[in-house]
Amino acid sequence: MSIPRWLTVLLIVLLTAPGLATAQEGDSAEALLEQLAEASPRDTETAIKAIATSGHERARDWMDAYGNNRLSQVKDTGQIVVVLNNRGRDWEVADALTGENLGEMSRRDLDRIAVNNAIRRQLEGVMAMMDLYANDVGVREAAALDLMGKVDGAIVGDVTARIEEEPDADIRSRLELAVAIYQIEEQGSAEAISVLAGSLHPRARAALNNAVASEDPALRPAAEQALGSIEQKLKLNKTAETLYFGLSLGSVLVLAAIGLAITFGVMGVINMAHGELIMLGAYTTWGMQQLLPGQPGLALILSIPAGFLVAALAGIAIERSVIQFLKGRPLETLLATFGISLILQQLVRTVISPQNRTVVSPEWMSGSLVINDALSLTLNRMYVLGFALVVFAALMLIMRRTRLGLEVRAVTQNRAMARSMGIRATRVDIMTFALGSGVAGLAGVALSQLTNVGPNLGQNYIIDSFMVVVFGGVGNLWGTLVAGLTLGTINQLLEPWAGAVLAKIIVLVFIILFIQKRPKGLFPQKGRAAEA
Amino acid sequence: MWLTRPLQERSTQLFLGILFMALLVVSVLHVALPEGHALHVSAYTVTLLGKYLCYALLAVAVDLVWGYLGILSLGHGAFFALGGYAMGMYLMRQIGDRGTYGDPVLPDFMVFLNWQELPWYWYGFDMAWFAFAMVLLVPGALALVFGWLAFRSRVTGVYLSIITQALTFALMLAFFRNEMGFGGNNGLTDFRDILGFNLRTDEVRLGLFIATGIALALGYLVCRAIVTSKLGRVSVACRDAEARTRFLGYRVERVQLFVFVVSAMLAGVAGALYVPQVGIINPSEFSPLFSIEIVVWVALGGRATLYGAVIGAILVNYAKTVFTGVMPDAWLFALGALFVLVTVFLPQGIAGLLKKRRKPIDVGSGPSQPATAAEATP
Repeated sequence: MSIPRWLTVLLIVLLTAPGLATAQEGDSAEALLEQLAEASPRDTETAIKAIATSGHERARDWMDAYGNNRLSQVKDTGQIVVVLNNRGRDWEVADALTGENLGEMSRRDLDRIAVNNAIRRQLEGVMAMMDLYANDVGVREAAALDLMGKVDGAIVGDVTARIEEEPDADIRSRLELAVAIYQIEEQGSAEAISVLAGSLHPRARAALNNAVASEDPALRPAAEQALGSIEQKLKLNKTAETLYFGLSLGSVLVLAAIGLAITFGVMGVINMAHGELIMLGAYTTWGMQQLLPGQPGLALILSIPAGFLVAALAGIAIERSVIQFLKGRPLETLLATFGISLILQQLVRTVISPQNRTVVSPEWMSGSLVINDALSLTLNRMYVLGFALVVFAALMLIMRRTRLGLEVRAVTQNRAMARSMGIRATRVDIMTFALGSGVAGLAGVALSQLTNVGPNLGQNYIIDSFMVVVFGGVGNLWGTLVAGLTLGTINQLLEPWAGAVLAKIIVLVFIILFIQKRPKGLFPQKGRAAEA
Repeated sequence: MWLTRPLQERSTQLFLGILFMALLVVSVLHVALPEGHALHVSAYTVTLLGKYLCYALLAVAVDLVWGYLGILSLGHGAFFALGGYAMGMYLMRQIGDRGTYGDPVLPDFMVFLNWQELPWYWYGFDMAWFAFAMVLLVPGALALVFGWLAFRSRVTGVYLSIITQALTFALMLAFFRNEMGFGGNNGLTDFRDILGFNLRTDEVRLGLFIATGIALALGYLVCRAIVTSKLGRVSVACRDAEARTRFLGYRVERVQLFVFVVSAMLAGVAGALYVPQVGIINPSEFSPLFSIEIVVWVALGGRATLYGAVIGAILVNYAKTVFTGVMPDAWLFALGALFVLVTVFLPQGIAGLLKKRRKPIDVGSGPSQPATAAEATP
């Protein structure tokens, strides 16, 4: 990257005086491109400089296209075009001057403007400086980040000059970092080390490591100290990241298990088809996206009620057709619902496909929240975490504050007495089971954003879900929340040194041993309900 | 002798009679008739029947704990697979230097993974007596430790079912790891000899089939001897009223532990006989699905009858062979429907239909009833 200083100065002048720049645009822009197209390899540099200093609003695009081999000249007319799509025989092109899409053009009619690596390097430098002066903050920030470790003698002055003018504090400090790295590595400046002290950027750490390795007595002690503080900060961020992943995994477990906590914990029904209800929720999301192509966000939001309904209806069907006949025979219920889970899985395989389906994440859910250079939190996991908490809170409200919740608790504690008080126990059974199943559907909607949607989706979660419910204490929603988050976090903490599979095995063995010690889970029910 | 006592029962005589007749008929039809004859039983069929008998023994083991002790184990596949792995390790060592890589000591997959020496837990498996002892001891030891922990703290009923399932799930994950030294994903295969006989000859296959039949007969006798003894009556008492039995002064957890360990060993034997006939053992035998399938064999045949378990295992697996051959997609539908129909409409299984004139046992009330049972009747 080498841009002579005069060029940048000129550039600044031109960019800060747009009126002046556009005044001479019109005919000259075409001439400039013409000049580039016809330049001999030796003259290319001059031609690029001319374009860079022209201040044309599309200059940046031309450079970009040129560097990527996409700037061409139409053989007949001499018109310069930007190739938008160079697949196949006919290429889609746009007019370089106006940006107007000219449709497809045979590639034989086009003459590519040749570029080589030396020119590309020059282009890079020119474009980086142009970006630093761009009006868009995002472009400037990316350019500053890109400069990290790439500052050299040719542009250090320009970058330093830009620091003074940069209005955004973040970008300013990034540029300072980039300059400091240059100063340490090239000039052996000890003062610059203090600039790097708090930075988490890997390039800053590398510069400090080099300074330590260089054995330069002026640099070494300061660099070591700075490195120490960076390492400490990194460790902290690493822990924060692990915790985040742990909570995220935990929230998935909570979502998967919370429906079970109602059907198993409150009603005492072992529903081995719970995993398949989750799967139905996930497939509902997929189906919704098929119905509303191009609007994944809307489809996802509509899937929340739809997934709940589908799973709840399936739950009612299961309750009415099988479970009601097996009341008071938990082991038989287990077997029968397992059979249902097999049928549902095979149904999905036969009707939809044995292959996994892709569920698209809407734009507002993808990407991540960047905290600093070492820590960024993926957004979709954050949404799922929030969703899990909302679902949990809603369930707590239903169980504690509504008529249904009251009746459910009454029927659970003493069915005969509840009936004699006029509660329709059968109806309560159906509603409770539908609620638990519907929540499983919600879990499926959330899971579709994190994992593959396939016929085996539910199977992967059923054992984990039971573990969470049993670990938390049957019949206790709070226990399920705590247990899910705890198990998720333990799993993630173990993973770095044990590996994913071994971590899972350790957690399973831990739960098995834990149940021996406290057969009723973390938060056992007390009083009469416990004997039920 | 305690083992011969059940021979005086009519049901046992009938069962053993039918079993030995079947063994005899199959052997004669296989050996005496020429290939191509309409009644000739092919070597393939013999091995298939041998496989069914292994499953039958496994089902008997599950029936012993579920039918007579009220413990629904969803992890018996683990004991079966461990017995199978013990046998598989012996068979692996018997390959010697005839493997693809020709290493005299290390099995192929270890050479492939660049292992330099045999892990310590593979020592001794080149000796038949040691390996056969391990077939009993490894599942037995696991059942002993697991059962001791569980029964001592009175984990029963649904909880026990779920943690047995977690146990087999954890073992499956563990055995899938290459680092475990059991061949990971692919398991153990490519066996050649057993006790010096070539596994790939028809005679040895027939021999294994007959050995499995005898093992089933012995296993049945052992179980029958247990359930007709005083211990067996205590165990039924544990099943029906655990707390009451405890208050009467019986050490419930010891009874449970004993029966559980015996059952695990039987499952191990079944696994050990299964492996040389099928020719492979891999971690999928640990899958929770397989373990729960065993339970449905028993449920279909009829709990707490032992012979019902045998009938159920053979019927379901025959159906599986037919279905997966004719229309593979329908098998899971059929199996799923079987789970539902048997539990809802046929709680006492086929055996219950057979002995309708006798007073049916109370299948519905296990020892692990939550109070909802009492409340179920309004």
